[in-house]
Amino acid sequence: MQQNDSHSALVVRHASAGYGHRAVWHDADFSIQKGEFVGVLGPNGSGKTTLFRLLLGLDRPLEGSVSVLGKTPERGNPRIGYVPQRHPLDTEMNIETLELVRLGLDGTRWGFYFGSKKSREDARAALRSVGAENLAHRSLGTLSGGELQRVFLAEALVGDPELLLLDEPAANLDIRRQGELVRLVKTIVRERNLTALLIAHDINPLLPVLDRIIYIANGNVATGAPEKVFTSDSLSALYGAHIEVLRNAEGHIAVLGVEEVHHHHHDHYLHHHE
Amino acid sequence: MNDAFFSLNLVHDLQSVFQYAFMRNAFEAGTAVALIAGIVGYFVVLRRSSFAAHALSHIGFAGAAGAVLAGINPIFGLLFFTSGGGVVMALLGRRAASRDVEIGTVLAFMLGLGALFVSLYNGYAAETYSLLFGQVLGISGTDVSITVVAAVLILIAIGAVYRPLLFSSLDEETAEARGLSLTVMNIVFMLLVAIATSIAVQIVGILLIFALMITPAAIAERIATRPLAGMAISAAIALAVTWIGLFVAFYLPYPVSFFIVTGVFALYLFVRAFQPKTEFVEP
Repeated sequence: MQQNDSHSALVVRHASAGYGHRAVWHDADFSIQKGEFVGVLGPNGSGKTTLFRLLLGLDRPLEGSVSVLGKTPERGNPRIGYVPQRHPLDTEMNIETLELVRLGLDGTRWGFYFGSKKSREDARAALRSVGAENLAHRSLGTLSGGELQRVFLAEALVGDPELLLLDEPAANLDIRRQGELVRLVKTIVRERNLTALLIAHDINPLLPVLDRIIYIANGNVATGAPEKVFTSDSLSALYGAHIEVLRNAEGHIAVLGVEEVHHHHHDHYLHHHE
Repeated sequence: MNDAFFSLNLVHDLQSVFQYAFMRNAFEAGTAVALIAGIVGYFVVLRRSSFAAHALSHIGFAGAAGAVLAGINPIFGLLFFTSGGGVVMALLGRRAASRDVEIGTVLAFMLGLGALFVSLYNGYAAETYSLLFGQVLGISGTDVSITVVAAVLILIAIGAVYRPLLFSSLDEETAEARGLSLTVMNIVFMLLVAIATSIAVQIVGILLIFALMITPAAIAERIATRPLAGMAISAAIALAVTWIGLFVAFYLPYPVSFFIVTGVFALYLFVRAFQPKTEFVEP
C-alpha cells in the first residue's frame, strides 16, 4: 500500500479525524499527485476544514496516517500556502494590502526585524502574479470580496509554496467572480506547478478546471475524477441515502436529496470546527 | 498652581516650567508614558481589544488600592494585578477577551474591591483621586525611574516580537497555520498592555486611560495605512497632547489629565470631520 513516492503531494492512509473521541469522518484513503488541482466538497460541517487542519499539522488524525509532501504534517510548514476561510469583519482595517501580503513572507520572524525592502518587492511580485498589483497601496477595508481573495491568494503565494490550501475562497462571491477566481487559481497552479486543494460549496464553477475531487459526507470520504464522483450511485453510497445527480445540457450539475440527509445528521454542525 | 505667568516668549516660559523639579519629573514620566501608550495602543486598536485594555486598568485599581492599604508603592500593586489579569484574559482566548458582559462584570467587581481597600485605608481621598484621574505633577523621582525603566523594557519587547505580533494581530488564522502560537502572542500582547496601562495610570488615571492608550492610536489608524507609520503617528499624538497638557496645566489651576483628554478629544473630532475613513468602493 505504500505509495509515498516523489510524485505524491498527499498520501492519506485509513485516516479518521475529529475532536475528542468523535470522528467527523473515518477511513479516508487516497493520494493526490503533485500538480493536481483538487476540489474539496461536501455539506457544512462534514469536515472539510478538518482535513485542512490535519494537513497543516494543527490537528492529528485519530487513526491512520497522513503525509504531506513526503513528511508527517508539522505546524508552520513554509511549503504550504494557506488561505483560511474569513469573515469580512476581520478585514475592516485601514492597513495597506502590501503590508498584509508581506506578512506571508516574514510574519513569523522574531527579533528586531521591521521588514526589508526585498520583502516589499516580493510582496509586490506576488500581487502582480494574481493580477492585483494595482491594489498594493489600497487599504484592506476598501477592497471588494473578489479583490480581497486575490490579496489573500498573494499572501499565500509570496513564500513560494508547493501546496496551496484554499478554504472556501469563493464563499462570498457572485457566480461570475467565482469563475474568475477559480480560473486564476488554475492558471497559477499550472504556471508554478503547484498542488492545490480548494474547498467549495458549489461544484459548478469548478467543474471545468478540476483534476480531481475529494467529497466528504456523512463521515465518508470519496476521491476521484469529478465525473466519477458526481454520479447518483457514488454520492448515494457516500451519504448512505438515495441521492440524485442531474446534469443539464451545459454540463451543470444539480444534486438532489442532500438537504434531507443533511438534516438527519444535523449534529455534525455542532462539531464543525470554526 | 504657582506664581509663574504665561508670557509670549516660549523659551522663557519653558525655562520657568523646567526650573521646578516636579515639572521635570512630570515631563520625563509623561514622555515615557506617551510613547509607550501610543505604540502599544496601536496594537490594541489593530486587535480591536480596547475594551480589554480598559478592563485591565480597572483591575489595576484594586491592585493599586490594595498596595496603598498594605503600605506598598501603588505602582507595584498596579503591575501585579494588571499582569495577572492580562495573562488570565490571554489564556481565556481572544474571543473571550471580547466578551464585554463577562469582562464588565469582573471589572465592576474589581472597582468595588478597590473601593473597599480605599475605605479600609481610612480614606485619604487624594490617593484615590490620583489613582482615578492621575496626578502626574506629584510624581516622585522613584516613580519616574520605574516608569522610564518599564517604558524601555516595553520598547525592547515590542522590537523583539514586532513581526509575529503584527501578523497575529492582522491575520490570526494564517499566523497560526504558519506556526505562531496564538496563546503565546496573546500573553505577550496582554502583558505589554498591562505594563503600559500601569505606568499610564500615573498620568491620566484609571478612568481616563482610554484617552492616552486608545484615541491617539485610533486617530493614527485612520491616517496611516502602514503599521510603522501608524505607530509613529500614534506616539507623536500622545506625546504632543501630553506635553501640551503639562505645559498648560503649569499655568492654569486645573488637572493635567483634563487638558490631555481635551486635546485628544479635539484632535479626534477634527480628524473625524476632515478625514473620513475611505468608504467601500465598488470596483
